[in-house]
Amino acid sequence: MSVPRFWREIPQRYNLIGNKCEICSKVYFPPRESCPVCRRKSIGHIKDLKLSGKGEVFTYSIIHVSSGEFEEQVPYPIAIIKLDEGPMITAQIVDCDPDCVKIGMRVESTFRQIQQDGYTGALYYGYKFKKV
Amino acid sequence: METLGIVSYGADIPRLRITAHEIASVWGKDGATISKGLGIIEKSVPSIDQDTATISVESARAALRRCHINPQDIGAIYVGSESHPYAVKPTGTIVGEAIGATPDLMVADYEFACKAGTAAIQTCMGFVKANMIKYGLAIGADTSQAAPGDALEYSASAGGAAYIIGKKNVIASLNHTYSFTTDTPDFWRRAERKYPSHGGRFTGAPAYFKHVTTCATTLMKKAGTSPEDYDYAVFHQPNGKFPVSVAYKLGFSKEQITQGLIVPYIGNTYSGASMVGLASVLDVAKPGDKIMVTSYGSGAGSDGFDITVTDHIEQLERSNAPSIKQMVDDKQYISYGVYAKLTDLLYWE
Repeated sequence: MSVPRFWREIPQRYNLIGNKCEICSKVYFPPRESCPVCRRKSIGHIKDLKLSGKGEVFTYSIIHVSSGEFEEQVPYPIAIIKLDEGPMITAQIVDCDPDCVKIGMRVESTFRQIQQDGYTGALYYGYKFKKV
Repeated sequence: METLGIVSYGADIPRLRITAHEIASVWGKDGATISKGLGIIEKSVPSIDQDTATISVESARAALRRCHINPQDIGAIYVGSESHPYAVKPTGTIVGEAIGATPDLMVADYEFACKAGTAAIQTCMGFVKANMIKYGLAIGADTSQAAPGDALEYSASAGGAAYIIGKKNVIASLNHTYSFTTDTPDFWRRAERKYPSHGGRFTGAPAYFKHVTTCATTLMKKAGTSPEDYDYAVFHQPNGKFPVSVAYKLGFSKEQITQGLIVPYIGNTYSGASMVGLASVLDVAKPGDKIMVTSYGSGAGSDGFDITVTDHIEQLERSNAPSIKQMVDDKQYISYGVYAKLTDLLYWE
């Protein structure tokens, strides 16, 4: 990951800043420039919204064979989480054995290191989720 | 009348644990003897995605969940640690961004061995008292290092605590603070070295005991108090023996120190140690309780605080974040092999 790309996404990665269409009330994460439902009517009516970080596991998979930089973490669960505000989000589930993850399990976001550019590069932080 | 003090607090302790017995078995030592000698049963270990920045952020967020202040009113963040993830690039900016306190604030990282967090509290006290800021956030957190096979390996652990300092809705007033500082090289880590070195028994009498006893004694003299005036006392806890020994030497009882003595169950969280101990006390404190805190940082110095819990602690939503006991009890044991992987003891190209 390039440093500028990560830096641009800090509001989303650190604080789950999404946005909400004031016309139809649909919430988006990551944030969108306009609402695909209300289309041009939504221009100027999309407002930032800090998501609660609470939700439930919609589905999940256990990663046994990862890409190189995550090899030390296998096996680990990756889940699609349905946030209480509506958006679906993909994230790692931490602080539990892989076999404890269940569909419908309540989870909340936690702040963790996501990635690092080797031993000398930048460290990237952001959200993961843990069981409530 | 406005009171200078703690507005809220929070802590974070990683849930992985390794026992002293497990470590001892790798090095051919007697785990029971070492555990008894150090007064440490087990220690916390950071998972592969936890470091001082993540512990600081989680602690700060816990503190904010317990009170109702606008993060934009935080005018300063100071993070004390000897394991900042970057040698150059502040941890405090990560915390500031993650709690929504940026950009109108002062930020700096501190280092003073195990007392950098309490030094951060003192800095925030000064700025708040001078009306330069409304709230200050002081954090002490570490993922401390220990060379394989060194005595420190049984104690060096991970955890931290965050304190919001202010004048409004104060849950515990900071009545007096005093620091005792000398140049005493009992423990150090040279620049760009991975593991610290220490002076063995030299870390005891001329270092920890001299500084903690002098600091505590002088603080009580300034405050006009004596040991029996306090409901709780928290001392820096590099192991389970030193804080108990220094407490008895000063005239404190077992009942006064037990609630704040966490090191037997999570090890020495370095910059977080005395601050996690204070958090454990605040988890159960009642209005009117008096608390003494004395930190210690090698190199060397001690910061002392005379604290009185206020009526407002009843309004603090303490259950909005996990208590120290809950975090101590929520644990998963790992083997030395997993510990070696997580703490970067294994190298390969």
